[in-house]
Amino acid sequence: MCPGFLLIPSSFDEAAMQQHSRFTPYLYVLPLVVLLAFVFGYPLVRIFEFSFKLVRGINGPWIGFRNYELILSQDLFWDSVRHNLFLLMAVPAMVIWSLLISIVLYERIRGWKLYRIVLFLPYILAIPIIAVVMKKMFQLSGPVNEVLNWLGLDFLALDWIGSSDVALWTVMLIIIWRESALGIILFLARLLSLDESLIEAAKLEGASWWQRVWYVLVPQMKVVIEFYVVVSVITMLSSVFAYVYLIGSGRGGPGTSTMVVEFYIFNALVRTSLPGIASAVSVLLFLVTLLLIIPLFAVRRRANEQELGA
Amino acid sequence: MTRGKTGPDSALKHGILLAATFFALVPSIFMILTSLKSQDEYTFNKIGLPHALVLDQFESLISDSSIFDWMGNSAILVIGAVLLSTVVSCLGAYAIALMRFRGRSLLFSISTALMAVPPVVMIVPLFVLYTQLDLISTFRGTIVIYAGLITPFSIYLLTTFFRTLPRELFESARMDGANDLFILWKIVLPLSLPALLTLVVVNALYVWNDLIIAIIFLQDDSKRTLMAGISVFQGRYEALIPLTMAGMVIASAPMLILYILFQKYFIQGLMAGAIK
Repeated sequence: MCPGFLLIPSSFDEAAMQQHSRFTPYLYVLPLVVLLAFVFGYPLVRIFEFSFKLVRGINGPWIGFRNYELILSQDLFWDSVRHNLFLLMAVPAMVIWSLLISIVLYERIRGWKLYRIVLFLPYILAIPIIAVVMKKMFQLSGPVNEVLNWLGLDFLALDWIGSSDVALWTVMLIIIWRESALGIILFLARLLSLDESLIEAAKLEGASWWQRVWYVLVPQMKVVIEFYVVVSVITMLSSVFAYVYLIGSGRGGPGTSTMVVEFYIFNALVRTSLPGIASAVSVLLFLVTLLLIIPLFAVRRRANEQELGA
Repeated sequence: MTRGKTGPDSALKHGILLAATFFALVPSIFMILTSLKSQDEYTFNKIGLPHALVLDQFESLISDSSIFDWMGNSAILVIGAVLLSTVVSCLGAYAIALMRFRGRSLLFSISTALMAVPPVVMIVPLFVLYTQLDLISTFRGTIVIYAGLITPFSIYLLTTFFRTLPRELFESARMDGANDLFILWKIVLPLSLPALLTLVVVNALYVWNDLIIAIIFLQDDSKRTLMAGISVFQGRYEALIPLTMAGMVIASAPMLILYILFQKYFIQGLMAGAIK
């Protein structure tokens, strides 16, 4: 066997070294490498190539930066980007709501398991199903407005789905509703892993509820909160297609008021058959996620050190 | 538990929890109540309980079987993709966790990094390639894509789990002359059942719930998945809200039933797979 390995003393691997030939490990990872190369490797190379080509059908001539110039000069593209950025406003709301609920849940420990099952339900339901149900609830003449009118809050009874000024807010509300469920579960898991003596000590010292939350609990949850924020930012920028597709009636509507970047790629690829344009946008989206992967890995490593998120 | 004097008192906390529970449940309650109303009743009674239980909506959906066809298609994709990904990942994670070879940590890092790449980025070249290869609207083509997309998470979860297993077990099996496949199949996998179950739950939920891959790669009516079908369905019955809600009840039933049965694995798994 390869003596080079013996220079690196590692009891962890020695047993594994003894039986199989040096080719065996490669045989085991071969299907994995082939699958990842096909589903990730090939597309990630090709989007860069296509983004510099005028692709008609399956290929086309090189055209330099023309695809990028076209996209960057188009209002619809910038509207889509703006809408994704707008949805980032959901993240602080999700964090605060999840913190509040998880801390209250943690303190009223009786029955928390049952509450947890119910509060996690939004995250189990498929987004298209949620979107269809919510769309009916938020219709102009739907039950939400009926309740608001009955409460005397007529000014709040908006055209939630049909008005281009309001529709994106409604999408954001629905995203907050679903994605907070994940935050509650993550935060609660972290709280349950805390050493209770800290909280008891704070109580004995006469700390008030707010002081305990702010000075004892929240600092202990810093890592999991960071983790949740990074994951949620990635979601807002790259995984809201299903919400928008159903709420905006398959068009990102009304008008282009709920158009997002994913939808722009979808339209360019499927509806206008311009893979080059779709690839250029994919490249931009990919570069943005690359920037986010670095903080993601940093927080995930720290979260794992706290035995969370693994 | 808390006796804080200046903070919100226990009645307020109780109120907050009840409100959160209400919000979490209200769409499901609306969906179920509305599905039991007649079209006429819904127009004047949108919020209240149904006056008389009407099962017409469900009857008409059951006689028109398209929802069940879509579910069948989704099930084919889930089974195919989860099976393929699990086999590939068990072999790969076994090698990464328990064998030593050149490029091992690089492979693991790349695979883990891919978890953060949004699926939509991969769609364009695969669509162009599949058009060329005539793989659009085929289950096998779409299964490969789904299997690939869920594999980085599977590798991550299984590798970290395999590394926690006691090594004495494999060593003594090796002494007895067992080969790697035997060790993987007879020792590692039986010890990893909780991790495998978690993995299957998360991956199945991802494939079942996905919309964007399904509408792009399965354009044929007969291949439509449940999630793609739902968007067709809501367009078709735009004004028939009780009927639409009955459809949503049927569509959400399989995962709700599984969630109630396996909630521990759902919660653990989705926390671990938070990145999706």
